[in-house]
Amino acid sequence: MSSTTSVPDGPGSTELTGLAASELAAKIAAGEVSAVEVTRAHLDRIEAIEPAVHAFLHVDREAALDAARRADEQRANGTPASPLAGVPLALKDVLTTTDMPTTCGSRMLEGWTPPYDSTVAARLRDAGVVILGKTNMDEFAMGSSTENSAFGPTRNPWDTDRIPGGSGGGSSAALAAFEAPLAIGTDTGGSIRQPAAVTGTVGVKPTYGGVSRYGLVAFSSSLDQAGPCGRTVLDAAMLHEVIAGHDVMDSTSVAAPVPKVTAAAREGAGGDLRGVRVGVVREFGGEGYQQGVRDSFRTAVDTLTSLGAEVVEVSCPHFEYALGAYYLIAPSECSSNLARFDAMRYGLRVGDDGTRSTEEVMSLTREQGFGPEVKRRIMLGTYALSSGYYDAYYGQAQKVRTLITRDFDAAFGQVDVLVSPTTPTTAFRIGERVDDPMAMYRADLCTIPSNLAGNASMSVPSGLSTEDGMPVGLQIMAPAMADDRLYRVGAAYEAARDAASEVPLLDRVPRLEVA
Amino acid sequence: MSTISRDEVAHLAGLARLAVSEEELDTFAGQLDVILDSVARVGEVAADEIPPTSHAVPVTNVFRTDEVRPGLSRREALAGAPATEENRFRVPRILNEEA
Repeated sequence: MSSTTSVPDGPGSTELTGLAASELAAKIAAGEVSAVEVTRAHLDRIEAIEPAVHAFLHVDREAALDAARRADEQRANGTPASPLAGVPLALKDVLTTTDMPTTCGSRMLEGWTPPYDSTVAARLRDAGVVILGKTNMDEFAMGSSTENSAFGPTRNPWDTDRIPGGSGGGSSAALAAFEAPLAIGTDTGGSIRQPAAVTGTVGVKPTYGGVSRYGLVAFSSSLDQAGPCGRTVLDAAMLHEVIAGHDVMDSTSVAAPVPKVTAAAREGAGGDLRGVRVGVVREFGGEGYQQGVRDSFRTAVDTLTSLGAEVVEVSCPHFEYALGAYYLIAPSECSSNLARFDAMRYGLRVGDDGTRSTEEVMSLTREQGFGPEVKRRIMLGTYALSSGYYDAYYGQAQKVRTLITRDFDAAFGQVDVLVSPTTPTTAFRIGERVDDPMAMYRADLCTIPSNLAGNASMSVPSGLSTEDGMPVGLQIMAPAMADDRLYRVGAAYEAARDAASEVPLLDRVPRLEVA
Repeated sequence: MSTISRDEVAHLAGLARLAVSEEELDTFAGQLDVILDSVARVGEVAADEIPPTSHAVPVTNVFRTDEVRPGLSRREALAGAPATEENRFRVPRILNEEA
């Protein structure tokens, strides 16, 4: 089935795969189309173009169609499970599922099927959302390009020689390739927002604790956060409301009502931002940023002004230290979290020939089971936490975390939201940064502060860069538990952006054809 | 002057239970050195009087009543195990005794 010369329903078409989740949900609810038809259309598209994209590590056609049939039955009985019932979704392979493997892009967990569902997966199922499969990612969510997957890279649908971002490049590529209208990502330093930015899609990192981490395979527990991805702000909002909310299975889950993000997105789409104060982060967007990114950002800020927002410049002087703090804190937590992969209870075991000790088997297994980036971070974290270096590295990084939180507090005393480019550059070429870890790390320069402080943050497409024709993202940041502000401002901006352009942004994605 | 030596990387790999190759030691020593030089900048601003932040939201102990709840069955718990024996996880030897 790997050779087709054209795809039945490419981007821009009026076919089912071209529709937004909100449109599909409305058609399913009205009985104009069945969830089974919608699901089948997406499965067919996946089958046709996966050889060119490789967004998925696992697709379960039968399970997806079964879930779609249940959604259709519930609708027929007059009891649809949620406003998104019957709409298909791509799930990042870092969230556990009892009916599909969960590999985290690692040989360590190849073929492992977890014994329990993550809360995110359980809530999706309860809402009647159809899980198509599990998406590719940098191993254990460490990376900015999806090149660190043990199962091969994912390609950016805008240019298949380029990266789709990371770590959630499979989820972002699935959206941009019209393989799924919705996706779930996780964001520890930008793994939802940076892939969204470089693929022209929408990605939201909710407030830390807004979405349960139960069943999210841990990388850096004080930073990890799952969130919604879509092609429109409204779609992301509807998905946000399905997955968010307090969970007794996660002790860091926030016991507060979920912000009214769907209502905020609908209000924002009216295009009126009068009375909204927007702060442009002075430290982000100058030297070291691609010209096309700077131009796109400036145009986006002008658009916000034209919608009535009061735009001012705000200084966050410690943001320039965020990258350093992150690459001490995240590896430290990772070195501790990944100690659980010890070859004893689940996952890979190498070299158990009856003569080797447990310790030797552990070391051989971890050597073969982990890729280079995971090993680098484990060793970096082990170093930063070791006695004699702890104060100079991990201790100092935690102080910087305080300073960054104070910068946000001061800024949100003056403005309602902050904006910046999401990434310093557009999608780079596959292979370009694999041998230069620091160059790779800099892709997360602008996204990291919101992970360290725990506030809510979104990337919304701001058009294409003039030099390379690749998508650029506008980052919007809001205070903790004010996620609704992201959606109001994001939806207003999105509506104005589309009104100013002849063709909807994602209709410009090249048609993917498999030779 | 490098921050981290090849010997230190070998020591770290041992602590982290990673049987890295000689070639990897060279690569990682160089890369970790560059990364550590870069991230060490955090020391420039982190003054003594700044309190550390370990978590973005205040974390307190969460308690629940101590009740028996359904858990994984033995079969489910062992389903992903690399090796089992008599309904238990089978592990390599853990003591340095002669077989």
